[in-house]
Amino acid sequence: MNNMIVLPMAIPVLAGILFIFFRNNIYLQRWISLFVMVANIGIVAYLLNRVQTEGVLRLDFGGWEPPFGILFVADSFSLILVMTTSIVAAICLLYSFSSIGKARENMFFYSFVNFLVAGVNGSFLTGDLFNLYVCFEIMLLASYVLIALGGKKAQLRESIKYVIINVLSSWFFLVAIAFLYGSVGTLNMAHISERISESGQTPLLTVISIVFLTVFALKAGLLLYFWLPGSYSVAPTAVAALFGGLLTKVGIYAMFRVFTLFFYHEPSITHTFIGVLAALTLIGGSIGAVAYKDIRLIVTYNVVIAVGFILVGLAVATPEAMEGSIYYLIHDMIVKSLLFLLAGTMITVTGTTKIDEMSGLIRNYPLMGWMFFIVMLSLAGIPPLSGFIGKVLVGEGAVNAGSYILLALAFLSSIFVLYSLLRVFLQCFWGETIISTEDEVPVKKGWMIPCAILTIATIGIGLGAESLYLYVSDAANTLLNPQIYIDAVLYE
Amino acid sequence: MEILIIILGGVLFAPAIYNLLQKQLLRIIIGTVLLSHGAHLLILTMGKLKTGQPPILMDGITEYTDPLPQALILTSIVISFGITSLLLVLAYRTTRENNTDNMEQLRGKSNE
Repeated sequence: MNNMIVLPMAIPVLAGILFIFFRNNIYLQRWISLFVMVANIGIVAYLLNRVQTEGVLRLDFGGWEPPFGILFVADSFSLILVMTTSIVAAICLLYSFSSIGKARENMFFYSFVNFLVAGVNGSFLTGDLFNLYVCFEIMLLASYVLIALGGKKAQLRESIKYVIINVLSSWFFLVAIAFLYGSVGTLNMAHISERISESGQTPLLTVISIVFLTVFALKAGLLLYFWLPGSYSVAPTAVAALFGGLLTKVGIYAMFRVFTLFFYHEPSITHTFIGVLAALTLIGGSIGAVAYKDIRLIVTYNVVIAVGFILVGLAVATPEAMEGSIYYLIHDMIVKSLLFLLAGTMITVTGTTKIDEMSGLIRNYPLMGWMFFIVMLSLAGIPPLSGFIGKVLVGEGAVNAGSYILLALAFLSSIFVLYSLLRVFLQCFWGETIISTEDEVPVKKGWMIPCAILTIATIGIGLGAESLYLYVSDAANTLLNPQIYIDAVLYE
Repeated sequence: MEILIIILGGVLFAPAIYNLLQKQLLRIIIGTVLLSHGAHLLILTMGKLKTGQPPILMDGITEYTDPLPQALILTSIVISFGITSLLLVLAYRTTRENNTDNMEQLRGKSNE
């Protein structure tokens, strides 16, 4: 039954191919793609429970034993992320049904969403470095098309920049793979890890680790986030929510994998480097979040802050901090897509992106207003909501490791997040209303239901953190003890 | 031999970066193409150059070249070909819609 591991990547690919033949049958495309995501949730839930009893699962393609073939490895960390990806994708699809428009739906929109999800799931599950590169490219190619689909002036302008920066980071990735292959002679992740621990992390390997860090920092927006605000703010709302929820998280996942599995022998160099980058990202993101009056830019800079925060957990690398980062990663995928959906809905109903020009929306749209309030509290880390537990655990880890500067910056950034979003809330939802009841744009049910589901999810994760703990602690345990992963891949 | 190819790779990377920093859109795309050529050469070099016969099973041959980097390069060539063609079409549309191929004028806000 290990064959099920490939399904989270295989089903979306098959669905995407199927839609090419049913181009004009939009209802079929909508419901099949939603069904695919829901089926993925079920499959991953089953696998996640199996991993708890049987340990890390693997699937060797073609029956080739591990160092020689490509394989998929499912541990708790990757399965948790695949699960969250499926949830986020399902909800963004629900939102896109009533917002994306017929023109885009006819131009293979659902195919590309499925390919994007396939690429993301493949990146999470793969156990082979070059396969990771290929899955990244699947994801990126789908995202290039999704960002440019529609062909407006601004979209085309920003998509050119997005494509070029990603071509550059793919080049870095190839160079890093070439050097690593030249020095250890294998591409299987577990085998690379074992070879590195046998030979010791030589200075050459540390240099290669910094090249990997550059690659994933470009993908995740760790300090090298200059491309991010522009490209995330031009896409249609549902697409922006998918990007904000998923794309940078794949870079973060790859960074966690590479720096806990391969390059964990010289933490004084590599992890200090990550810590410095995370600190600068937190500062830069906080400045960006409070500097702008464009709601889309405020939201995108909040993505940057979260990247910095999650990597604080990797930089200090204590068990608590790892658990905290994983909790925060789950929370952030869900809440960032909710934030993008709400911001996009606000822009749709008011017809402007400037927060100065919006006012008093709470009278017209009370449900939206209070959901925005909950998101704001959740992102700032107020106790009953999902952001709290991750922040506490990362903070505890930083205290135990004695990195007080990172601790201070991480918690100060929460204040900036709160300030930037509270400013939006006060400016846009309170005050005199600018929209009279006659020319109020009616909010469709299809916009509010997805947002409501995500709001319930953020409250649910916050209240039910205890029931998630089993999986999160197992994920952190596997990350911190690479031998578990190596044994499962090479010696079973 | 490896040293020569590494230098050649470096020689490819330098104009690639130079072209990426130009203003004209087409030159940037030429830069990305050179970049992928350099990366492919580097992968080939990292698998050690010409240590034996081409990797096709035949009687009486014991020494083969490493087939893995060749498979990696083949995959990567196809991917970069796909991305380059997408980028060319995207550049064509962008130039048509915005009436310029100068990156300075494609900056955003103030130019709309």
